[in-house]
Amino acid sequence: MCSCNCKTDYSYLDKIIEENKSREGILINVLHAAQTHYGALTPDIQKKIADGLSIPLSVVYGTVTFYHFFTMIPKGKYVIKICTGTACYVRGANRLVESFAEKLGVEVGGTTPDGLFSLETVRCVGACSLAPVVTVNDIDIFKRVTTKEVDGIIAGYRKKEA
Amino acid sequence: MAGIRLHVLVCAGAGCISSGCVKVKDALVESLNKHNVAGEVKVLETGCMGSCELGPIMVFYPEGVFYKKLKPENVDEIVREHVIKGRVVEKYLYKSPDEKIIQKINEIEFFKRQKKVVLRNCGFIDPVKIEEYLARDGYEALAKAFSMERRSVVEEIKKSGLRGRGGGGFSTGMKWQFTADTPGDVKYIVCNADEGDPGAFMDRSVLEGDPHIVIEGMAIAGYAVGATQGFVYCRAEYPLAIERLNNAIEQAKKYGLLGKNILGSGFDFDVEVRIGAGAFVCGEETALLHSIEGKRGEPRPRPPYPATRGLFNKPTVINNVETWANITYIILKGADEFKKIGTEKNPGTKVFALAGDIVNAGLVEVPMGTTLREIVFDIGGGILDGGKFKAAQTGGPSGGCIPAEHLDIKIDFDSLKTLGTMMGSGGLIVMSEKTCMVDLAKFFMQFCVDESCGKCAPCRIGTKRTYEILDLITTGKGEMKHIDELTELAKNIGEASLCGLGQTAPNPVLSTLRYFKDEYIEHIKEKKCRAKVCKALIRYDITDRCVGCGVCKKACPVDAIEGERKQLHVIDQDKCIKCGMCYEKCPFNAIEVK
Repeated sequence: MCSCNCKTDYSYLDKIIEENKSREGILINVLHAAQTHYGALTPDIQKKIADGLSIPLSVVYGTVTFYHFFTMIPKGKYVIKICTGTACYVRGANRLVESFAEKLGVEVGGTTPDGLFSLETVRCVGACSLAPVVTVNDIDIFKRVTTKEVDGIIAGYRKKEA
Repeated sequence: MAGIRLHVLVCAGAGCISSGCVKVKDALVESLNKHNVAGEVKVLETGCMGSCELGPIMVFYPEGVFYKKLKPENVDEIVREHVIKGRVVEKYLYKSPDEKIIQKINEIEFFKRQKKVVLRNCGFIDPVKIEEYLARDGYEALAKAFSMERRSVVEEIKKSGLRGRGGGGFSTGMKWQFTADTPGDVKYIVCNADEGDPGAFMDRSVLEGDPHIVIEGMAIAGYAVGATQGFVYCRAEYPLAIERLNNAIEQAKKYGLLGKNILGSGFDFDVEVRIGAGAFVCGEETALLHSIEGKRGEPRPRPPYPATRGLFNKPTVINNVETWANITYIILKGADEFKKIGTEKNPGTKVFALAGDIVNAGLVEVPMGTTLREIVFDIGGGILDGGKFKAAQTGGPSGGCIPAEHLDIKIDFDSLKTLGTMMGSGGLIVMSEKTCMVDLAKFFMQFCVDESCGKCAPCRIGTKRTYEILDLITTGKGEMKHIDELTELAKNIGEASLCGLGQTAPNPVLSTLRYFKDEYIEHIKEKKCRAKVCKALIRYDITDRCVGCGVCKKACPVDAIEGERKQLHVIDQDKCIKCGMCYEKCPFNAIEVK
């Protein structure tokens, strides 16, 4: 995702719109693809999708804002998600949320000023036997995390960037 | 490839992947190559075997020797000993709670007591290879269905007494019948894979471990009711399940098991995956259908039910993953055989996701009517760290809890209702004395506040007001009148809400009030939280076990701890924010919570 004022390359978006425009009810899949590629569903992207799929912009916007997964603001490079499903709750996920928020200096839903970390909670990633669970970018999974490990997890990613 | 003498199954379910099974498998392959025995051993990555707590796991067949909690560096030893010399390596075997070493998977209590219908392939086959599914009678049920009249396929499912495993427990056969009886050229089959209940991962494990069983079940329904298109609506939180489903659909098409004129029957059927976007309400069937249509996932009043007017306003059969996974068994073995499992009104098995403060967290499948005690203690191994069982929570945010006095209840759809909870999709969270029941109710209410779609006022406003009252109680500002207010609110929300989410949202409050009212009263009158969870009602103190090491002082984020080195430290209660950091960090367990 481009944060300066230069022109974003929309050729990928044009391609997925072209591939899907004849499929009924495909909006959500297109939004997923667009967000994965561009990082966020900016107003420009929503307008292009509305035009391309011949759906009113209000409907596209309504759909984007309805679902937790979609965001209009780009997220940090590492999205830390703390599972707050019941099993994780029982094993102390709330303490983890507080600890991460404190160490990163952001609230849940926020992104650090250096654009490195976003902090989110997620309703059950389905790894309940490993509770409490923290995932980073949906790829790295930390199991049975205690507040003692929070510093280490954050430091690990900072090190990668250094 | 002539001399394959051993099959090694490596569990690659979500739990084991997070425990590092991929590295263990790589180490195995490397070691087999190093010792020149790769040609004699076939290594398979399977779906979830269920014993997530013990991962990463390897099972050596034909004997079924079960190795647990493996690290990559352990594997070479197993290859040298087990594969080359034929000697079982005892130190990696499972030990029962009474310290007995158990060699084989089917002798372990956790597996021995289970009955696998839905999960019969899960953990035995490589889920990315259709050939393995075919080798275990895959798609034979579909072929058998083609030899039956469409009507009799529906009859067979009706006769089996199968009830929807998504939570409601409505007769699956009846649903099919309604759709079959509704005239129309276009009908749809939908699989609800939006497993939104926090604490449930059964459907995920089926989709990741045996995706074809779901697709085949849907194809059979398509044939029976006259539908040619199926959709699987899978939540976006399960990327691996989506990948495996798409892979399975591609393979089935290649083999002519999906697509045009399947197996020369003249019947066409296709399946497409649609992805959710993180909205709990989309597990409600009418909301789910709106979401497949690409719209906001808001529910609508029923009737008309989806069976007569569903997706794109066409008659639609919608069942959840576990229900679909039962279909092939019923068609292959017959309804009578299926009814031998479980109880009279609740035939078959139920898959539970065991989690919480329990020793053997994982996935289990038991006949309906198994007692809670058997599940928690015999299969689940009891409470973690020798704790005491306080309650089990079922049905997620729509359900309630079962206290210790009902441990001997035979679990099925109806018995749970009499206790004021519900089956839900099968999440079973076990709680010890460390869980505060008022805080638990608040946790679920927060969930409902977040997830209420906002369409109807009783749910949107009612859940918020309920949450606020619970917040007062847990922060020490509760009054006795709040208990009556909670009960009244609960009644109104339940009666007036539009969809299942709102109608069941008050259940966790009602259920905890029913069994743990004394805890509510304790919070209100004595300002005490016996589980020591509610921050406003607890305090941290440093006892004389303190040696003055200063670790807590450093850890405290608000500088509330004072004390010289090697002197007893003291917490300034006015400054303390009760984050518990000092408690966690103290190496001498000198800090007490009261």
